[in-house]
Amino acid sequence: MTVRLFTNARLVCPVAGVSQGGLLVRDGRIAEIGKVAAPSDAYTTDLAGATLAPGIVDIGVFAVDRAAFRAGGITRAATMPGVSGERDDDALSLHRIVPGLVGEDLFEMAAAKRRGAVAVSTGRSWIGDSGLMRRVMAYAAALDLPIVSHAEDAGLVGDAVATDGATATRLGLASAPAAAETMAVMRDLFLSEVTGARLHFRQVTTAGALDIIRAAKKGGAPVTCGITPAHLFLSDIAVEDFRTFAKLSPPLRSEADRQACLRAVADGTIDLICSGHDPKGPEDKRLPFAEAEAGASGAETLLALSLGLVRDGLITVDRLFALLAANPAKLIGVRAGTLEPGMPADLIVIDEGAPWRIDALRMQARAGNTPFDGLPTQGKVLQLMVGGKLVA
Amino acid sequence: MSEIDHRPGSQIKGGAVFPHRHLLGIAGLQPHELLFLLDEAEQWIDMNRAASKHDGRLEGLTQINAFFENSTRTLLSFEIAGKRLGADVVNMAAATSSLKKGETLIDTAVTLNAMRADVIVIRHAASGAVGLIADKVDCPVLNAGDGRHEHPTQALLDALTIRRRRGSIAGQIVAICGDILHSRVARSNILALTSLAAQVRVIAPPTLMPPAIEELGVTTFTDFDKGLEGADVVMMLRLQNERMSGGFIPSTREFHALYGLTAERLKRAAPDALVMHPGPMNRGVEITSEVADMPGRSAITEQVEMGVAVRMACLDILTRRARKVEGWA
Repeated sequence: MTVRLFTNARLVCPVAGVSQGGLLVRDGRIAEIGKVAAPSDAYTTDLAGATLAPGIVDIGVFAVDRAAFRAGGITRAATMPGVSGERDDDALSLHRIVPGLVGEDLFEMAAAKRRGAVAVSTGRSWIGDSGLMRRVMAYAAALDLPIVSHAEDAGLVGDAVATDGATATRLGLASAPAAAETMAVMRDLFLSEVTGARLHFRQVTTAGALDIIRAAKKGGAPVTCGITPAHLFLSDIAVEDFRTFAKLSPPLRSEADRQACLRAVADGTIDLICSGHDPKGPEDKRLPFAEAEAGASGAETLLALSLGLVRDGLITVDRLFALLAANPAKLIGVRAGTLEPGMPADLIVIDEGAPWRIDALRMQARAGNTPFDGLPTQGKVLQLMVGGKLVA
Repeated sequence: MSEIDHRPGSQIKGGAVFPHRHLLGIAGLQPHELLFLLDEAEQWIDMNRAASKHDGRLEGLTQINAFFENSTRTLLSFEIAGKRLGADVVNMAAATSSLKKGETLIDTAVTLNAMRADVIVIRHAASGAVGLIADKVDCPVLNAGDGRHEHPTQALLDALTIRRRRGSIAGQIVAICGDILHSRVARSNILALTSLAAQVRVIAPPTLMPPAIEELGVTTFTDFDKGLEGADVVMMLRLQNERMSGGFIPSTREFHALYGLTAERLKRAAPDALVMHPGPMNRGVEITSEVADMPGRSAITEQVEMGVAVRMACLDILTRRARKVEGWA
């Protein structure tokens, strides 16, 4: 296998921090980092100061969309239940999250784990029956599989498509209180305590729920949570004019909740940032708001938007890669997400400052349903390497 | 009281007085634009009361009334309005539409457009659906009610009724009562009346009060009697059949006891308070017959009359550009 040396890089590692230097890849793994003497058989690339970081590990995507992942710097993705095209290949490492239930019955989690499943999920919705959820969590806990939960109390949500507030009221959209998330988070936390299951909330988006999680973490609960850039950079006013690209699940929240999410990223309550990648074409989106499907095409905007958190001074860039790579890798139990020697060479080369404009019509993704259409942003992936192989 | 622009339409030249292609809602309209629509409607009231009710200005134009949700009164009102202006009016009812066959709303819009309509009046059960269609057609679109979102011509006819009966809209205390949560009539009225500087109160059971409605500039009451105190206009809303029992209110009996407008209750309002209802009424539920038919106080039939005039004004104004009316082309 090729030996490859990157020189003159701005190395960003969630563990070792930020430094200047080189990185040597041998046999598909990171062999050396820092002041590396070039071996005679090495193919050398001078990065001229560009950023070299671990590839993004994206938890809970709804589609395997290689072009979007390539553009977005995603080297590993954990797919939500029911996603087709899950075959692993050179371009991407895929991990499966499997459903906790089929109808009202437990899913064959042990068999799934043997075939490589890394977590058990409630899918796009919440399991309303607490007794059933308890059994799902107890069963998963015994297999040491984490639970990936969608936290929205089904009863409070009903047919809601937006969060309670002036925007939903003005538009005449059925809405639910933000407390629907707090309620769901509280119940699942209690069940985690009862069953001992490791619990990950795929997206937590409200001040109330984040406060509960912050307190639970302090008490040592085995809980983690994620968020997508949409809930960090947009509030419910983005659905004004019935913009279905901004119809998400959970729905966009109030500005106060958005600010609480930013604080929770800064103070470490939020463990990871994911894309929630869910490409939807016009047949699913060009509909009256209530009938349109929820979800956004997020893979190729994940990195650029997340770098905004660094530009805004909220977090450091090495901390960002803990949120984008090291923490999600740890959650699903794979060795990846840092630049430590011995790790698989899943790497991305980034021009952090490269400006571009998000354009729904020019996305690499299968569909351009982004709520950020038209937004100028910064940060481009120049090269992407999976297991030591460059991906074109 | 907020500052409003009282410039009458006559002082603004030509099409600049109403620079909108469609009428999708009250949101986005300036106070002087609302007043212009009301002023324009006045002439049609006079004509509609005359023996000959015909004006040929829409001669040769095709008006499609596309109603994806059942309606008798609004559809009839738009049909009469169009015909009195000379338009060829075609009605498309939901039951006969191809939406039932799985055609998407966008395809339906494109189809309507290909029929070369000159103005399309649309009612749809989904909030935002009318705007979605309007984006896909070349002619003006009039929203005749979309979900819980807006029903602009209803708000205009209510404003016109209030202005004619009370002398002005600014400063009037208007109490809107009933199922606010599911009501597009309430939303459009709140927007229009607050924009024209009325003091708007909304009165509803807590289960039928929309969240954060105060942010639209209204005062909220769950106690009907308190909300009625001194009101100049009492606007009752229809309680939809599907809300009459179960999840939102316990029963029509209890709803009537707490939120039904009776002659006794009406005494709490201003002595000459106007009673309004968009219809069709549930007599004995949200309003008693005694109040609904109270001479001098009930404006309910007048609202229906104003409806035709307002819709004629909207059809006229929205087609002026296509008809190349001087100053509008």
